[in-house]
Amino acid sequence: MAVAAKDLTKDYQFGFNDGDEFVFRAEKGLSAQVVADISRRKAEPAWMLAFRQKSLEHFRRRALPTWGADLSGLDFEDIYYYVRPAEEQGRTWDEVPVAIKQTFDRLGIPEAERKYLAGVSAQYESEVVYHSINKDLEKQGVIFCDCDTGLREHSEIFRKYFGTVVPPNDNKFAALNSAVWSGGSFVYVPKGVRVEIPLQAYFRINSESMGQFERTLIIAEEGSFVHYVEGCTAPTYSKDSLHSAVVEIIAQPGAHVRYTTIQNWSTNVYNLVTKRAIARAGATVQWVDGNLGSKVTAKYPSIYLMGEGAHGEILSVAFAGDGQHQDAGGKCIHVAPNTTSTIVSKSVSKGTGRTSYRGHLKVHPKATGVRSNVRCDALLLDERARSDTYPYMDIEADDVEIGHEATVSKVGDEQLFYLQSRGISEQEATAMVVNGFIEPFTKELPMEYAVELNRLIALQMEGSVG
Amino acid sequence: MPDTLTEVATELLEIEGLVVEVEGKRILDGVDLVVPRGEVHALMGPNGSGKSTLAYTILGHPKYIVRGGDCRWGGASLLGLTPDERARRGLFLSLQYPTAIPGVSVVNFLRAALKAQGRQLTARELLGTLRREIGALKMEESFLSRYINDGFSGGEKKRMEIVQLAVLRPALAILDETDSGLDVDALRTVAEGVNRVRGADMGVLIITHYQRILDYVTPDRVHVMAAGRVIASGGRELVDRIEREGYDTLLRAAGIEPTGTGAGGGPASAETGGPLRA
Repeated sequence: MAVAAKDLTKDYQFGFNDGDEFVFRAEKGLSAQVVADISRRKAEPAWMLAFRQKSLEHFRRRALPTWGADLSGLDFEDIYYYVRPAEEQGRTWDEVPVAIKQTFDRLGIPEAERKYLAGVSAQYESEVVYHSINKDLEKQGVIFCDCDTGLREHSEIFRKYFGTVVPPNDNKFAALNSAVWSGGSFVYVPKGVRVEIPLQAYFRINSESMGQFERTLIIAEEGSFVHYVEGCTAPTYSKDSLHSAVVEIIAQPGAHVRYTTIQNWSTNVYNLVTKRAIARAGATVQWVDGNLGSKVTAKYPSIYLMGEGAHGEILSVAFAGDGQHQDAGGKCIHVAPNTTSTIVSKSVSKGTGRTSYRGHLKVHPKATGVRSNVRCDALLLDERARSDTYPYMDIEADDVEIGHEATVSKVGDEQLFYLQSRGISEQEATAMVVNGFIEPFTKELPMEYAVELNRLIALQMEGSVG
Repeated sequence: MPDTLTEVATELLEIEGLVVEVEGKRILDGVDLVVPRGEVHALMGPNGSGKSTLAYTILGHPKYIVRGGDCRWGGASLLGLTPDERARRGLFLSLQYPTAIPGVSVVNFLRAALKAQGRQLTARELLGTLRREIGALKMEESFLSRYINDGFSGGEKKRMEIVQLAVLRPALAILDETDSGLDVDALRTVAEGVNRVRGADMGVLIITHYQRILDYVTPDRVHVMAAGRVIASGGRELVDRIEREGYDTLLRAAGIEPTGTGAGGGPASAETGGPLRA
């Protein structure tokens, strides 16, 4: 596995033999050949190759979106679209930027985990834990594997749902992902099964968990429950400047799906993600979504409330530091009557950071008795920091109850003085105010994530004072 | 590690010729005041005399700019220290308008404060202490998990300040009109709270318009401020005199023309807003 990473930065089409392992990196840039190579390397069925090729056409046809964050710095020709994970392991610890190593130190991230987070090791060493969890899940008929394995080993279910929630022609980045996707999670929960422990992508170690173009597909059958957790609060270092994932969730009647993610990409990354869920009658879908890193994030988890009485919740936090733009929000599309939704967005901007809330609330004409509440709160830590809201509403039914509230606040001098007058330093006081501000989000996280997030905010506050 | 007093001085707090400006306006004009260790002093005076400004200046609020004089603590100047450094040296201010910090529970707030002051209690000790002190102030235990001052009534905020005082055990507690806005029962509860913690190790500087709280917490010494200066100091009898005659006689004796507001003993004139009001 000790492949010298320096050698791998050169352009070359085919890899070399490292023992029994075949290492491969597609050439830079996007072409029909690259797409075909990816599909061939994975030994995919013909339908998936056709799907990828059609998606590539969609990608080429569609213009770059201009309504949101500035994407002009993106160069699609300067990106590798497929790298086998064995090759990523070839990166050495020495190559990981010092700033990221220091953050790991201060967060107290265990050694094995650090290497995984830094992309040095593709696996988080927790096989023992993983295997026992996996056994329990199997007994219940739950499928939890990476998406490539899902396609290979559970092709019938996979094909039935793949690309049905986010079609390849949905938007330019969904099209891109559909053409070159790799990795991500596949989750299937049978009727009536409640998965009591959160399924963490952390423990899904078999392969390709850190892909740039992950594809996640979650199917929860009637009356089932699952909580899927992905990502981590520690910075995830990526050499590659584009991360574009697609997540699809199908919550069948009465099912309950909760999807929690925290992402903290290194600040060179464009993080452009399409996340969408369908909620059938009486189903509940919750997106809990935290965005800390990246250069630009554009991410608007959405829920299509297709069946009567369905309920959707989107809770998100965005933290933008110097030079970062977090363009995040949520969309709830009420198609069926008596459906309800809540969107709560919290954003923090520091230095020259910029956060935008971009939301869409749509109520179709036949969706009577809809109730929805949207709340976005922004906290500015600096004079130069910026926050905007773009709450689009499109209400075509009469009998609806819609609430909308937006606030912008600053960390008050009086709040800081109050905390300081009790002996707490200015820096810690600022972190407390910020952590308090996002507490409605933090309390929804699994404990270890909440603790890490609080520590990370405290680290972000360093140097912001004075 | 906490900052500790390097030397033990009898005169704990010494203010000498203190001149303070707020947003370019001179509010304190040469304040002299000494509070020895373990004593209870009252600071009275009409509205706008500079009492609250003095309190905020002692704690080092950044809006209050010292233009002259000194403020010493155990013999060393406090000037140039941040508010948290002053607090870690043993100062405490009970605010007139305590600030809400949404998302920060009372427990977490006080745990952080104790930790900052070098006192790390176990979860059990912390909870035990908080339960005891919150009970003593006749507050429900459920307040411990509420966000600090968020949605608290005026009286609840004042009691919470005294809970903090009892938990943090400073060497000197400055109470900035902690009595204002309290009904008789709440005032008695708050006063009992102060009496419980005052002692040889904890002095108190009570800033007030009224003599009311001084009926419950007996001061060792009483000072009267007007026009940014301390114009009179004396014993308990000074309170009675203000009660009888109002401030006017004292003001005239100091060469200050009374403005007709703020007679001692009466209800305070409408006073709202933040710490900028002195």
